[in-house]
Amino acid sequence: MMKIVVDRARCTGIGICEAIAPTVFEVDDDGGLVLLSQLVPHGVAAEVAEAVEGCPTLALRLEP
Amino acid sequence: MIAVSAEEIRCLVAVGASLAGVRAVEAARKAGFEGRVTLIGAEPHPPYDRPPLSKEFLRPDHAPEPVVLHGRAELVEDFEAEVLLGAPATGLDLDARTVRAGDADVPYDALVIATGAAARELPGTGHLSGVHVLRDLDDAKAIRLALDDGARTVVIGAGFIGSEVASAARRRGLDATVVEARPTPLVRAIGPDLGSALAGLHERNGATLICGRPVTGLEGTGAVERVHLADGTMVEADLVVVGVGAVPCTDWLAGSGLELDDGVVCDEFLQTSAPGVYAAGDVARWNNPQFDRMMRVEHWSNAAEQGVRAARNAISPTTAAEPYTTVPYFWSDWYGSRIQFVGLAARDQHEVVSGDLAGDHFVALYRECDKLTGALTLNGRRHIMKYRRLIAQGATFEEALAFSRTVAARPRSRGPQ
Ligand SMILES: Cc1cc2nc3c(=O)[nH]c(=O)nc-3n(C[C@H](O)[C@H](O)[C@H](O)COP(=O)(O)OP(=O)(O)OC[C@H]3O[C@@H](n4cnc5c(N)ncnc54)[C@H](O)[C@@H]3O)c2cc1C
Ligand code: SF4
Repeated sequence: MMKIVVDRARCTGIGICEAIAPTVFEVDDDGGLVLLSQLVPHGVAAEVAEAVEGCPTLALRLEP
Repeated sequence: MIAVSAEEIRCLVAVGASLAGVRAVEAARKAGFEGRVTLIGAEPHPPYDRPPLSKEFLRPDHAPEPVVLHGRAELVEDFEAEVLLGAPATGLDLDARTVRAGDADVPYDALVIATGAAARELPGTGHLSGVHVLRDLDDAKAIRLALDDGARTVVIGAGFIGSEVASAARRRGLDATVVEARPTPLVRAIGPDLGSALAGLHERNGATLICGRPVTGLEGTGAVERVHLADGTMVEADLVVVGVGAVPCTDWLAGSGLELDDGVVCDEFLQTSAPGVYAAGDVARWNNPQFDRMMRVEHWSNAAEQGVRAARNAISPTTAAEPYTTVPYFWSDWYGSRIQFVGLAARDQHEVVSGDLAGDHFVALYRECDKLTGALTLNGRRHIMKYRRLIAQGATFEEALAFSRTVAARPRSRGPQ
């Protein structure tokens, strides 16, 4: 299963990822990104991949 | 629509080397397009990101370096693109299927127009130094230099970009005045009541906001010294930033036969009135199936996503074409506060469901008839995207209100792990 990695130095909490895959990503009140799951859950792999690509600051990546 | 089979598409051209154009190039390669790809851009710089220009770029504690989207080498090597920078396109021949750039006619089978928008200038101010719009890197450099010199700053137009400049000036402890011709700011973007709520941020952070008094002239010998307002008031200024909106860059398409109407007119697939020609980003006016209306959106995420969609549709129009449907989204940073907006600012009615309009946090929902159509938050980062989804799902306003009560009741999510 792929692991989701967030580059905290790059993430600005704009939340595009949450809009695409809300079961995995959530921005908190301080703009920090909360991973609701560290691993890509079954059934939402396509959404997560889209969120990774959609991140404006290239703060997300998937690792095996 | 004239069907073009995928085999026939051998060259893709993107005009406009910024967010939408770059995303188009990337998306074509990621989709496995093996033909020729050409990116044509008017600016000499490698493609860079615009939102930071009015934010981090103006901060004294940040190096004034642009955030580059892709360097030229990356575009050439990783994306195997031919890159023409500093080469504005000057014409489009729909019959010959070529784009004119410099002395060359660049042939295309599929074309993505991504020439964006240009900042509207104030007529009759070209002779004075110290007067700038803020759209590109050179504008941002000039504004930063003036702030470094301690300029007394006047922003004309209380829009988002101008407001960000005012907050950059205040952060440095400089005098900042925002002058808006209309009685309330941001009416078109977010409606009158909420426009005033955001405008309150200026005053609370020591900037002066003057509304309902149009600028009648700028005065100075060589450099700007004073801004004159309709009621005779004068405001001293060393730096004037004009933030009165942007116009789509379609001059180069005049006479091409392409349908234009405040932008390049597109269907829901981002296809223009000509076969093989698509548009994306700030320049595109398309039929958004989400709201079943024509719209042109000047927001970052829209340009990024449309660039991708337009390229995919352009390279496989018969096999992989999909409509582009979206709930518009933008953010803006003023005085350390984040403003976020999703959807449409219906004039009908809004309701504040968290915080209050006079404070440093609120969530306001907009309705049109019984539907939820938009949401505006000030420092409500954990709320905004949830409403974007509800709008996309076609939620009613009542459903959104019920949802807001569950969000309010929920404990705060944990911070970064
Ligand atoms: C200062 C600033 C701050 C912003 N902040 C935010 C924000 O906080 N949040 C948000 O959502 N959005 C923000 N935006 C808006 C966002 O940056 C734009 O929506 C986005 O840049 C649009 O991308 P685009 O590729 O469609 O057009 P553009 O970025 O405008 O790029 C178009 C490119 O095409 C080139 N071009 C024009 N004519 C020709 C021609 N004839 N031939 C070749 N090239 C041509 C231009 O030189 C330009 O490089 C901001 C914009 C600015 C200017
Ligand atoms: S889209 Fe990127 S920058 Fe935005 S919150 Fe997600 S990871 Fe962070």
